[in-house]
Amino acid sequence: MLDVREVSVELGGRTVVDKVALTAAPGEWVTVIGPNGAGKSTLLRAVAGLVAHDGDITVGGRTLADMRPRERARRVAMVHQQPVVPPGMSVADYVLLGRTPHIPPLGREGAADHAAVDSVLSTLDLHVFAQRRLETLSGGERQRVFLARALAQGAELLLLDEPTTALDIGHQQEVLDLVDGLRATGGLTVLSTMHDLSIAGEYADRLILLAEGRLVADGLPREVLTEANLAEHYRARVRVVEVDGIPVIVPIRGRQR
Amino acid sequence: MSTGARSSARPRWIAAGLLAVGASLVLGVAVGPISLPPLRVAAELLDHIPFVDIDSGLTPTEANIVWLVRLPRVVLALLVGAMLALAGGCYQGVFRNPLADPMLLGVASGAGLGATLFITARAAGMPAAQGVLPIAAFAGAVGALMLTYLIGGVKSGGRNPTRLILAGVAVTSLLSAVQTYVQQRNADAIRQVYSWLLGRLSVSGWEEVLTVLPYVAVTTAVVLVMRRELDVLTVGDDEAAGLGLHPQRSRYILLAAASLGTAAAVSVAGLIGFVGIVVPHIVRLLAGPSYRSILPLSVLFGGTFLVLADLVARTAVAPGELPIGVVTAFAGAPFFILVMRTTRQEAV
Repeated sequence: MLDVREVSVELGGRTVVDKVALTAAPGEWVTVIGPNGAGKSTLLRAVAGLVAHDGDITVGGRTLADMRPRERARRVAMVHQQPVVPPGMSVADYVLLGRTPHIPPLGREGAADHAAVDSVLSTLDLHVFAQRRLETLSGGERQRVFLARALAQGAELLLLDEPTTALDIGHQQEVLDLVDGLRATGGLTVLSTMHDLSIAGEYADRLILLAEGRLVADGLPREVLTEANLAEHYRARVRVVEVDGIPVIVPIRGRQR
Repeated sequence: MSTGARSSARPRWIAAGLLAVGASLVLGVAVGPISLPPLRVAAELLDHIPFVDIDSGLTPTEANIVWLVRLPRVVLALLVGAMLALAGGCYQGVFRNPLADPMLLGVASGAGLGATLFITARAAGMPAAQGVLPIAAFAGAVGALMLTYLIGGVKSGGRNPTRLILAGVAVTSLLSAVQTYVQQRNADAIRQVYSWLLGRLSVSGWEEVLTVLPYVAVTTAVVLVMRRELDVLTVGDDEAAGLGLHPQRSRYILLAAASLGTAAAVSVAGLIGFVGIVVPHIVRLLAGPSYRSILPLSVLFGGTFLVLADLVARTAVAPGELPIGVVTAFAGAPFFILVMRTTRQEAV
């Protein structure tokens, strides 16, 4: 479904992503982890076609570089880390913007587009907010609306850049469970970045560890989330415990008790 | 269905706008040194629509006043007002700033310099018809715009629209300085220059209308066709690109169209301030933040606003005439404050 081969990205003369290769099968959830500045977001932006890259990225067998922007937008949708909240815009109008790649350049949205918006609003339980202005919603509600806009694009690949950073643990679970459910029922493929390693390990099928732009580990969560890996690449003192076969990260403070 | 609630209000506002345009048109033609009955004026205008046949009962002289004197001026006000308001709405969307003005990128100062050079050259004895003034102003406006684009780094594809605004500020200061210098050196032409700078809608038949009409038509078509893209641009360049747009390209096409339209309007009517900021703003407060409402409604209400302002300008101190720029500022500001205080929508 997603095939990233030897992809490098240079920003302002610095190599931010360095010959990274990864794949994601249809319906798979792959999460990119790594310390600050490792190039996680940039890698996602390259897959979304927002930054120029060297190497090959194919989505559903089509090369990203050959796609026109509208086609790319129908195949790949992205939820950004801190999306702009347009002042005064209603939730329904905002989600409708997600239909842009399906509306002909000179045309207007049709019944199919409204139906798609309606179905996304129901799936994410957002119907009660449809006419509310986006800026009046709470953080968790907003995050669901951002997700709704991306889902309205009807893309097969969903990119999530730190989707839960601003949320408390309950709302984190709510949003991630929603994505997980869509993946199971709709065959959505998910590529995300995440800061919280325990959450990353809980939801992802596979983890990719980036450090200084290079891929240093790729595998099941318990293969990647090892004390050695985290010590080397995050410079973190942690203990990794397994709970129900899922690695849980416990930080250890520096000063001895 | 709940998702259509906001958009269903749009046709009603459009209908209200069309009604306002019609009413202001009739009023603008009826009121003047010789008053004409508004109903007869309406009948006279309707009579000229194909397949409509109404006897207005106006005398041939009165009909001539309508068609040769008043209507051209009213139509010019309609076009200039519509153009300035549309361009203002467009600028506000492109720069994502509700205070952006259509004269932001140096158009006003360029036109001012062009007009001043022409007026002083003519005062100094250069043989040229008064009708060339709009051409001089238009050349100045377009020249200034090109300078702004050049300095703002359009060719190098700068991603930051702030650069363009800064370039506009620089060009404006520079050209205003040159304009002031020329004006001070030619004190005898100063009155004429001022009268142009403050804006005025004087016509000789349909000539001015025909001068601006092509620009207004092209600009309106381009901007209205792209109004959906302006809505998408409100979520930011990255996400607009993620939704399949070329944000940078859309932005420059929209700015070029709006600026050319503004230049054309300014060249026939002088510097009429306030319309470009206040009309889109009021429309946004009334009909919501979607540019798909704001832009067509700005055309209708901008035109109406300027027709009424011109009506005040030529009747308030009759037989004299106020500069229309003074009227727009004087009438627009309190109205704006009123709308702001009485609407609950905090769309700003």
